[in-house]
Amino acid sequence: MVAKKKIAKSKGKTSINKTSRNSADSMKVSSRVKKPFILKPNIPPGPISEKWNKHRFNLKLVTPANKRKFEIIVVGSGLAGASSAATLAELGYNVKCFCYQDSPRRAHSIAAQGGINAAKNYQNDGDSVYRLFYDTVKGGDYRSREANVYRLAQVSVDIIDQCSAQGVPFAREYGGLLANRSFGGAQVSRTFYARGQTGQQLLLGAYSALNRQIGLGKVKMHCRTEMLDIVLVNGHAKGIVVRDMVTGKISRHSAHAVVLATGGYGNAFFLSTNAKGCNVTATFRAYKRGAAFANPCYTQIHPTCIPVSGSHQSKLTLMSESLRNDGRVWVPKDKKVAEKIRKGELKPSDVAEKNRDYYLESKYPSFGNLVPRDLASRNAKEVCDEGRGVVASGLGVYLDFTDAIQRMGENTVRERYGNLFDMYEKITGNNAYQNPMTIYPAVHYTMGGLWVDYNLMSNLPGLFAIGEANFSDHGANRLGASALMQGLADGYFVLPYTIGQYLAEIGEGDRPSLDDPAFISVQDEVECRINTMLSIKGERTPTSFHRELGQIMWDKCGMERNKTQLQEAIKLIPRLRQEFWSNVKIPGENASLNQNLERAGRVADFLEFGELMCRDALQREESCGGHFRSEHQTTEGEAKRNDDDFSYVSAWEYMGENKKPKLHKEPLKYEEVKMTQRNYK
Amino acid sequence: MNLKLKVWRQENADDPGHFGIYMVQDIAPDMSFLEMLDFVNENIIADDGDPIAFDSDCREGICGACSMVINGVPHGGQQGTTACQLHMRHFCSGDTVTIEPWRATAFPVHRDLIVNRTSFDRIQQAGGFISVRTGSVPDANATPVPKEDADLAMDAAQCIGCGACVAACKNASAMLFVAAKVSHLSLVPQGQPERERRAIAMVKQMDKEGFGNCTVTGACEAVCPKEISIDFIGRLNREYGRAILKKGNA
Amino acid sequence: MPLVSNILSSSLGQKYLMALSGVGLFGFIVVHMLGNLTILAGPAAINEYAAKLHSMGPLLWIARIGLLGMVGVHIWAAVRLTRDNRKARSVQYQGAVDPVDRHRRSKIVSTYASRTMIYSGLIIAAFALFHIAHFTWKIPQINGVEVDFETFYVYEVSAGSDQVAYLTPLPDGVGKEGENAVDVYKMLTTGFKVWWVSIFYVIAVGLLCIHLSHGLSAMFQSLGLKTKAYEKWIDHFACATGWLLFAGYASVPVSILLGFIP
Repeated sequence: MVAKKKIAKSKGKTSINKTSRNSADSMKVSSRVKKPFILKPNIPPGPISEKWNKHRFNLKLVTPANKRKFEIIVVGSGLAGASSAATLAELGYNVKCFCYQDSPRRAHSIAAQGGINAAKNYQNDGDSVYRLFYDTVKGGDYRSREANVYRLAQVSVDIIDQCSAQGVPFAREYGGLLANRSFGGAQVSRTFYARGQTGQQLLLGAYSALNRQIGLGKVKMHCRTEMLDIVLVNGHAKGIVVRDMVTGKISRHSAHAVVLATGGYGNAFFLSTNAKGCNVTATFRAYKRGAAFANPCYTQIHPTCIPVSGSHQSKLTLMSESLRNDGRVWVPKDKKVAEKIRKGELKPSDVAEKNRDYYLESKYPSFGNLVPRDLASRNAKEVCDEGRGVVASGLGVYLDFTDAIQRMGENTVRERYGNLFDMYEKITGNNAYQNPMTIYPAVHYTMGGLWVDYNLMSNLPGLFAIGEANFSDHGANRLGASALMQGLADGYFVLPYTIGQYLAEIGEGDRPSLDDPAFISVQDEVECRINTMLSIKGERTPTSFHRELGQIMWDKCGMERNKTQLQEAIKLIPRLRQEFWSNVKIPGENASLNQNLERAGRVADFLEFGELMCRDALQREESCGGHFRSEHQTTEGEAKRNDDDFSYVSAWEYMGENKKPKLHKEPLKYEEVKMTQRNYK
Repeated sequence: MNLKLKVWRQENADDPGHFGIYMVQDIAPDMSFLEMLDFVNENIIADDGDPIAFDSDCREGICGACSMVINGVPHGGQQGTTACQLHMRHFCSGDTVTIEPWRATAFPVHRDLIVNRTSFDRIQQAGGFISVRTGSVPDANATPVPKEDADLAMDAAQCIGCGACVAACKNASAMLFVAAKVSHLSLVPQGQPERERRAIAMVKQMDKEGFGNCTVTGACEAVCPKEISIDFIGRLNREYGRAILKKGNA
Repeated sequence: MPLVSNILSSSLGQKYLMALSGVGLFGFIVVHMLGNLTILAGPAAINEYAAKLHSMGPLLWIARIGLLGMVGVHIWAAVRLTRDNRKARSVQYQGAVDPVDRHRRSKIVSTYASRTMIYSGLIIAAFALFHIAHFTWKIPQINGVEVDFETFYVYEVSAGSDQVAYLTPLPDGVGKEGENAVDVYKMLTTGFKVWWVSIFYVIAVGLLCIHLSHGLSAMFQSLGLKTKAYEKWIDHFACATGWLLFAGYASVPVSILLGFIP
């Protein structure tokens, strides 16, 4: 590895130097002159495998002595946030890190179960950086940036080394070497895992690195602190305004650059597998201040979640996708039988084999139950819409392990999935060894996010977005075990290099004082907004608005979308928003711990953001990855892309309150991977 | 199902606090305990009351945010279950349910059921890490880890840092938490260079934060939602002894 | 020295001291009980045992000082740890541990012994002080009978002669301190005839049993010697030892009171 890097570097010096310098220069232009909405991806030229190495060489450096003169704000402490905060501090920068949780360790990265991909080829099964790159671009349904994805695949190998050195207890073989598994239908075993808690272990690794820097005084950690707005000075992101969630104190923080690592916006649907606190506020505030929001309509629906049990449901729980390796998905062939099951008159075991519809196996004989997430999800919706769902709400299908138990014995099944079965029983009260599990798709991950260039900088100079908060690597659909990879790649290995370019350009003097009028006015706006919300004293709780929004989003902008429904949603959401601003009821005051106030602020942003999602879904007249428009499908019901017209990143510009946002397009060019229509039949 | 809730109410850290009584009707057995509290809160807000503040985030038993003592037991009566995964089907109509925050001097109450657990973070900051610079590491397979050691390390590393061990311990001891952290890192070869320094530093910080001492009652293990074994406390005792004999100081 | 300061200042170090001094005191208690039990073999046996102990001279004093030191360390650590524990959990829960199954409940609710270590320990310490004043210093005012144990002596025949003639009780008031050995047998039988002395004694050894049933297993844990693999054995050992010691110690006053020992 080391030798390779050296060669690449020396080559860069001689041959490609000139062109790459140009790309770095062009970044300088776009960042210094205030020209909003010139979306320059700044992808370095040259062959794809050389781009990152050469770009790294061409990036400007900040000398070690100068690094300590720079201050960087990192918002969020998940995989991306914690790893970047730790690495930046290690490099010598002064970092302030913010999270809304009581400890950085609780960020929602912790909930990832499956694993993390890396092109290590430890299994000698033909994996390579190129293959991981290829799979990711293909999996993203050709809506991601090739250069970014290639870089992701390149640094994936370093992530495993890094995490292993931090003491992450990855699964091992008896020889002491790392174990791998195949995940999410990949044809090679490249997924590293730590039982069913890979996200937790990786996050604890990043958290420990962060802790070390906090202990050394290089990172100042602000827990239970929520970012409420971003401050621009001369068009550059120079700070944030936050609320201390315990005391309610609003304060300003200035820095040379701001990094948003605030995760995704799945909670726009109210019910999702995201943590209750996950929100869009940070990225949406940035959008309202001029950052482009890219591909907001791309949402990933995970097929194996525990179905909704009633109107009290507050969130959904994901069951690892690995269950589909041995479980068989089915519903009764007959609607009437399904109805009896829903009423509790029939048990699943009463349904004879010939009356069961193993719809994935029959429709996709070669992949069977292991078809990609979106297909599995959509088919579940389809059979449930036909009235063949098997849980009380009608929204659930069986995932049956009877055959697996007969084939391998209950003990083997227990060994493989014991913890998942236990979790299922805890939540539903049902024993999945005796009765089939019930599952239903749920919102899981959002591929869209703030638009960023190759340097992970948004169109607002000085504002960086990493991890799920940006849009760049997964295209229209994310492969299993790639979210952890991207978060850590951005945080450990990409941002720490690329941020140096920006900082070197602006110099250490470019950090405004907290008394700068820009800071004061943003703080005023934030306080005013909070006071307005508190003063409404209406009838409905923030949660009830959130639920209603979620229902609209799920019904009209969920797994399957169409023009009429999206248009309806675009009418309904502003109405709901209006009601919110005249009828929300927030008990308590600002100057104390007030969870409803926190919630209200987040819901208010979702109420605007949901509309943006629908608008994006409406303009994208094609089906691709996590975006399925029922008007655009093949005769076999497969997603039908329209590469001629929609091979672009949709980046939205905020135009003002209650004004239609403006669509900008970043064309996507595929030089390496040939675009093909997916076919899993 | 109808329940009588006796919930600890406390405005802020300085308020002495009191119990609030809530009669709750129409609780669905499929609700999780926190969904039941959500439901109660919606009703409280409708009645112009002050909703109950409680911590929760992932609601799938992994983030460790939820922290409440339900009928005298942290996270409630179900083995290996966080409060967010506890479901109402385990309660009977007519029950009185007492809900209190974690009680420990090192976990002061912020409000109602929310406590301040930054003491745990500070223990970690004192030494709960392996000092590796990003990028300056050997290939992951260059350091083999025996499977048994990796598995045992993983058993310890599962800790979600919720603080139930402290809440359950009659001495509010954080030994199970610290033991899990120290054990995890001392069991893998990567953690060896800082092994002694880590044990001494983390124990020192633990004492400084005002946690009590281990008296081997086993309550911590019994309530741990991840069922982390008390064996790790024995291991920490050995680790610490080894550390001070070898190093003498941090 | 950092090692000493680490031990003295850290909670784990104090626990080590607690455990190590506990090991020493436990050893003393076992030996002391075995010595006491010689009374069951008759006056000669126990008097001979006592005489041998006393003939050890400086060794006896080293043992005494050592024991005293261990008691001091044990109490010092106990007081400090208890103080820290009280401070760490100043508010108790109101909710009763219910409803959970009995097995879990027994694990969640700490045992009586573990909650009362400081009290059982301090009462035992108080008893030990009385016990020493009673039988070692032989302070007549506290023994509850109108004789001074200081006057119970035996006449020692030179070594090598017949065992029966070896120790001959001397009449009260005859014999000299330092010259003649103490008639321990007579002292015990007289002393334990006083009912409240015996009751106090039995209560104290009862508390000792409770103290050890927790203390012994905690000792293993504090020294890092307890693991799941033999946790049960350690707990059983601690419990059984507690009961055995209780039976051994209590048998002496009970036998005397009931007249089994004349």
